[in-house]
Amino acid sequence: MRYLPLTDAEREEMLKDIGISSVLELFSDIPQVDSKPIELPVPKNEVEVERKLTALAGKNISAAKIPSFLGAGAYRHHIPALVDYMIERGEFLTSYTPYQPEVSQGTLQILFEFQTQVARLFGLDVANASLYDGASAAFEAAAMAERVTGRKKIIVSGGVHPQVADTVKSCLQFNGTDCVVLPPDAENTEAIEPVGDEACVIVQYPSFFGHVNDYSALAEACHAKGALLVVVVMEPLALGILKSPGDMGADIAVGEGMGLASHLNFGGPGLGLFATRKELVRNMPGRLVGETKDADGKRGFVLTMATREQHIRREKATSNICTNAGLMAVAFSMHLAMLGEKGFTKLAESNHARTSRLASEVAKIPGVTVLNKTFFNELTLKLDRSAAALVEKMAGHKMLGGVPVSRFYPDKEDLLLVARTETNNTEEALHLQEELKK
Amino acid sequence: MIAEEPLLFEIGSDDKTAVDFPPQPDAEECLGSCRRTKKIGLPGLSEPEAMRHYTRLSQMNISVDSAFYPLGSCTMKYNPRLNEKMAALSGFSEIHPFQPQNTVQGALEAIYILNELLAELTGMKAVAFSPAAGAHGELCGMMTIRAALTHRGDAREVVLVPESAHGTNPATAAMCGYRIETIPVNAEGLVDIAALQKRLVHGEKNVAAFMLTNPNTCGLFERDILKMADMVHEAGAFFYMDGANFNAIMGHVKPADLGVDAMHINVHKTFSTPHGGGGPGAGPVVFNAELAPFMPLPWVEKDGDTYRLIEANDGSVHSFGRMRAFNGQFAVLIRALAYILAMGLPGLRQAAEDAVLNANYVRVKLQDILHLPYPGTCMHEVLFDDSSLEGTGVTTLDIAKNLIDAGFHPMTIYFPLIVHGAMLIEPTETESKRTLDEFVAAVRSIVAKAKEGKAEELTAAPVNAFRRRLDETTAARNPVLVYKDETQ
Repeated sequence: MRYLPLTDAEREEMLKDIGISSVLELFSDIPQVDSKPIELPVPKNEVEVERKLTALAGKNISAAKIPSFLGAGAYRHHIPALVDYMIERGEFLTSYTPYQPEVSQGTLQILFEFQTQVARLFGLDVANASLYDGASAAFEAAAMAERVTGRKKIIVSGGVHPQVADTVKSCLQFNGTDCVVLPPDAENTEAIEPVGDEACVIVQYPSFFGHVNDYSALAEACHAKGALLVVVVMEPLALGILKSPGDMGADIAVGEGMGLASHLNFGGPGLGLFATRKELVRNMPGRLVGETKDADGKRGFVLTMATREQHIRREKATSNICTNAGLMAVAFSMHLAMLGEKGFTKLAESNHARTSRLASEVAKIPGVTVLNKTFFNELTLKLDRSAAALVEKMAGHKMLGGVPVSRFYPDKEDLLLVARTETNNTEEALHLQEELKK
Repeated sequence: MIAEEPLLFEIGSDDKTAVDFPPQPDAEECLGSCRRTKKIGLPGLSEPEAMRHYTRLSQMNISVDSAFYPLGSCTMKYNPRLNEKMAALSGFSEIHPFQPQNTVQGALEAIYILNELLAELTGMKAVAFSPAAGAHGELCGMMTIRAALTHRGDAREVVLVPESAHGTNPATAAMCGYRIETIPVNAEGLVDIAALQKRLVHGEKNVAAFMLTNPNTCGLFERDILKMADMVHEAGAFFYMDGANFNAIMGHVKPADLGVDAMHINVHKTFSTPHGGGGPGAGPVVFNAELAPFMPLPWVEKDGDTYRLIEANDGSVHSFGRMRAFNGQFAVLIRALAYILAMGLPGLRQAAEDAVLNANYVRVKLQDILHLPYPGTCMHEVLFDDSSLEGTGVTTLDIAKNLIDAGFHPMTIYFPLIVHGAMLIEPTETESKRTLDEFVAAVRSIVAKAKEGKAEELTAAPVNAFRRRLDETTAARNPVLVYKDETQ
């Protein structure tokens, strides 16, 4: 087998050194049980594995081949070739959690840069070195808010991605939390008034339906009642032209960094972003990288504040998380460094301008209403027919034209989410407009 | 020679970018009152500068590609590049989680095939494929168990965890609202079965589950596992196995045959997907028929020739809900699928055998100079303590740092906590005998120096790494977690 270096002669020699005659003697503690033998396909060489998996990949319609206006929490962005190349370097790809800092300064320094970029983007003091994805980060934020406030009630806005809301509710259901998920807020009419028993209120910015709301007043209302405000950002690029959650008074901001770190990969791996105020840092989940000095006085970086974590605190830890999304964080950081302030802002402006142009064009189509007065790069369209049926039809015309809201809320049959990024040129936008007219 | 590399914030600037944009259309701005007015503070690099910055940083890392990395309990095996190539296929990498299902049939089929293979290898009924890592898989397993117990109206509140367990086990159970009780480990490094029996048979009938890592964190197979399973089931509890160490036994035994009700699989350990400097991994969970109806969304069903992604609970099942958005760590799962297809059963069995052989080879080559707290054969990893270093002034930490100077990544140190000065060595099956011999020689040389009274030299290590020992105490006491520009 090509991945196994030992030869039979070496195996024999090693068995002799160990003082046994068969390797199976080392497995003698495993109880013998009657069982149906395991059946797997026969081993395959590289050619055969490639043939099999290329055939499976070929059954999918890749967004690299046809126009895609799909968003709903996962936004397709162009990833610079350098990022793709760099994260395949073995030094980043095949190392692990930097437990031994002297030989892990590459990963540690980038994670320190990542934490700084995320904190600045969210307008908060500190960020961790990543969680699994935006949804699990929102759950961790809610759990953290419970620790900070000592309260057990969570309000989730109807503008939060339904799969994020489900994650928060599902993962808190067994610890006595009263998790109230408000009805879907496609029209952006929701008003939340904390009453004083909430650990936190969770909102999404821009919302699942694309609306951009200023949550400054809500932050004040939360704080007046002793609750935290958690802001979920499923499209962090929006923060290139939108004021940050921190500027609005958010206590915790979480996000999904996948779209800026890598290709969408059917939705995973994700990249959970997590930032908060410095007073709350000891309640934070996840790994943290900190700056320090080595024995010669040179600057270096280490994993730090481990007394919050499971390997030290066990059941009293702030979270059970161990392996996180390290390489995704590295890719995210690289992309942001390549964009810089100028590029990030420009990319955000470009997404918004393209979407704004699309909004004014589709608004002219009979039977199509744009529900958004505000948006970043995604719109909710109200149609005079079934959005799901239209999307199926468009797929037949080589167009991934949007995400029907009925996929999440079955009774919202006439709503279609349409996102436009820098990857969609004018020709693609015209194609979409034609499809919406049919 | 590795060059020093400043922080991005010291070399980048606001007006530099490595990305060119086409002109953008004129359009009305629709941002309400939320237009950003402050700068973000994101320095940029040109493309050549970015290449230099990250290439230099990469050179400061040791990785499996560049060095032996026997980090116990982490299974740092070789990561085949075929897996990377397969995951990068446009038909996998460029698909969106919410495309119409008829446009992603190949992706759903791939998940379905992998699930079938995992079910076959473990003897289990169903697979929850969405968990993002081992600890996330544990949470999936424990919430599923809690949902099943809740469904039968059984409000049990305790989870039993051996004292040798990974910290993730008690942390996970606590997140599900359980109280944790610790079961001691006996002089052989195995679960004290008398203590377990006493708790389950004579204690309060409120145990929801027993969580066991097997092979355990001492590198030993819990040989009384069938008895434990019987006791756990007799007490009306579920038996959760932490599959972190499945690499040692894959293809040799099906966990279902050992009485296990649920188990997660760390595909970044067992099935060769890269560890990425700390993730992303994946932690799919296999369940028996009793627990399967309660597992989280989403999952994939086969209906004739069509594969269906089940994303929402239509009420026909008791799924506890969802633990993340979208469709699991798809790109990681594709790599695991490529690996299992490459290996087949003979390859997986051989991998387990070679992993166990390599660990035992290291054991016999070092047991005369390092103390084995639990003598006898081990599985895929061998555990030493620091008692043979007593009086030398040299600690486990010093051994680790000297291994860095010898060109190796150190073993796991100070874990498991039940052993003083633990050194947990997991060579994996992808290391050659030559590498093991070199490693053994390096450890022997370090220990010999310790016994010759050269503590001063050894405690100075590493001297050949990019950095000398780092001051972790100050880092934790006065945390500096983001860059602050001192000049402003």
